[in-house]
Formats: sequence, structure tokens, C-alpha cells
Amino acid sequence: MLDYTVPLIILAFCLLTLRKKENTYDLLLQGGAEGLRLLVSILPALVVLLTAVQMLKASGAMALLSSLLAPVFGMLGIPPETAMLVLIRPISGSAALAVGADLMREYGVDSLVGRTAAIMLGSTETTFYTISVYFGAAGIKKTRYAIPAALFADLVGFCMASWTARLF
Amino acid sequence: MVMSWIFCGFLLISCFSAALTGRGSELAAATAQGAQAGIVLAMSMAGSLCLWTGIGRLMEKGGVTALLSRLLRPLLCRLFPDTKTDSTLAGELSGNICANFLGLGNAATPMGIRAVRRMKSAGGTASDEMCRLVVLNTASIQLIPANVAAVRASLGCQTPYDILPAVWITSLCSAGLGVTMAWLLGKVWRRA
Repeated sequence: MLDYTVPLIILAFCLLTLRKKENTYDLLLQGGAEGLRLLVSILPALVVLLTAVQMLKASGAMALLSSLLAPVFGMLGIPPETAMLVLIRPISGSAALAVGADLMREYGVDSLVGRTAAIMLGSTETTFYTISVYFGAAGIKKTRYAIPAALFADLVGFCMASWTARLF
Repeated sequence: MVMSWIFCGFLLISCFSAALTGRGSELAAATAQGAQAGIVLAMSMAGSLCLWTGIGRLMEKGGVTALLSRLLRPLLCRLFPDTKTDSTLAGELSGNICANFLGLGNAATPMGIRAVRRMKSAGGTASDEMCRLVVLNTASIQLIPANVAAVRASLGCQTPYDILPAVWITSLCSAGLGVTMAWLLGKVWRRA
């Protein structure tokens, strides 16, 4: 059943646009071109950040960080291998993508660590960036409890990602 | 600017730690390998990424966003009481949440910004509703996390979308508990 989710979603959207007498094919092409531009805009960041990530890994710093945080992560049920991802996720989206992709490649996409990394990436956001965009636009200086509440939501996300990765 | 500090910090830690553990040659090799891996990753996820931005355009034009917005209204009134009297605010807010749900980040942000600007604030201090909006946005409830699926597919995964149920449950829990936490903190956190 799950296999049909994505194809059926795509089909439904195509039919909806046809019913609205939109040019479905043309819209797909326009969006695809936009996707390419998006990719070009994040490409330099991916190159630079993956270089940094690989250096951290090669130098042994990543393993050190994991073992340092292992006791805390163990208590929460989060795989310690994902320590770097958890730390960087709220700060930078492309860095998180770089770290996450690296985890998936090293441990295998279908391994527990790889799946946990994927679920974490898919279910959380770049918290600090989002907060600065919205509050910056509204001219808010005192953010009150927005950051603790948002970080708490992230923490819940990381724990749930680790648990659901084992479940499904 | 933050990223400059982070990047330099990463390099500093790498060099320091490599010197301590005697992994100089691995560190040097990693610079070339990492840059290479960046391009390989970007190129191998390009296909699915483009497909999904294309489908994103279909969602916009097919009226999916508008439909979802209407379904969302009852919940919206509870989280943001001002939307009962301000229909423009209600429109921007539901548009923002729905666009995020469909993974249309480019469409979501401007609506979120207009919504936040419309909310009443007292002299540069965030209101409860603003905090709630930010928490909802950072919790990221997404129907199809397209770029994660793209990375998985690019690494040869046979079932790149099988993480979907886990992603849905996870983000619903984090958004729900996040908003609850915001509500609790709102009771005790003084507005000063």
C-alpha cells in the first residue's frame, strides 16, 4: 500500500491541474528548471561543507564528539553516530544535509544510523535560521521563549526519529 | 557570518585533532575527497529534486494549497485567536503552514513574514502567537521530504520513500509537543 503513496500523490496533483485547465506538462518543466537553479545555489555550500565534514571525520574529531556525547544520547535513545547531525541541524540546513548524506553513505542508507539520519533531516528544520528570518522581518528584539520552545521541539524530533527508525 | 565562524571552527578542530592523533595524511586526502563528494551528492540528487520542485508547482496551481488552507481553519482559530477577526492574517497563516506542509519553502516564507508583521506586538517583544508560529515553522510538518528522499535514492536505496510514515509521526509529535511547550512557557514567561 505504502508503495503507491508517492505515485498516487503525483498522479492526483497532475489530474488536479488538468481539471483546472492548467498546462500540467509546462508547469512540471518550469518547476524542474526552478529546481535546477535551487541546486546550483546550494552546490557551493555542499562542496565547502562536505570538505569540512570529511576533514572532521578523517581527523578523528567526529568519533571523539560521538563518544563524548554517547552517554547523553544513550539515555535519550539517539544513536551517538548522529551527534554531529543533531548539533548542526538547528544552525545550518546545507551543513545538516552534508553531514546526513555522509552518515547515510558511511553506514548504509538502510542501516539504523542511515535511516535515523534521514528521518531526522526530513522531520526537523533549520531552527535558528527560521527564527532569525521571521523575527528579523517583524523587528522583534526580545524573542521570549521562542528559542527554548523551538529547540525543545527539535529535541523531541531527534528522539522520535531514533525511535521510529527502529519501528518501521 | 555565523557560518564563517562554524567553518573556521571545523577546520581548526580538524587540524588540532589530526595533529594529536597523527592523521595528517588522512586529513590532507579528506580535503580533496570532501569537495568531490559535494559535487557527487549534488549531481546524484539533482534528478529527484527537479522532479519534486516540478510537482511543487503543480500543487500551487492545482489549488491543493487553497484546499488545505480551508481544512486548516478550525485548528488555526484555536492556535491563533486573532484569526477569528482578521481574515487576511488567517489567509497568510494557513497559506504559510500549508506551503510548508507541501515542501514549498519558497512560497511559505513570504507568507509567514507577512503574517508575523501583521501580528500585534508590544515594542519589539514577541507575542505568544508569534512564538507559536515560529515553533510550528521550525517543527517542519512535511508531506514529502523530497531532498532527503533524493539523497537516499542517490545512494542506491531501493525504497527511498519508506521513511515517510516515520517522518510524519516524528514531525507531528515534535510540532505537537513544541506547541504545548510554547503554551506552557507562555504562561510563566513574563512579557517584560
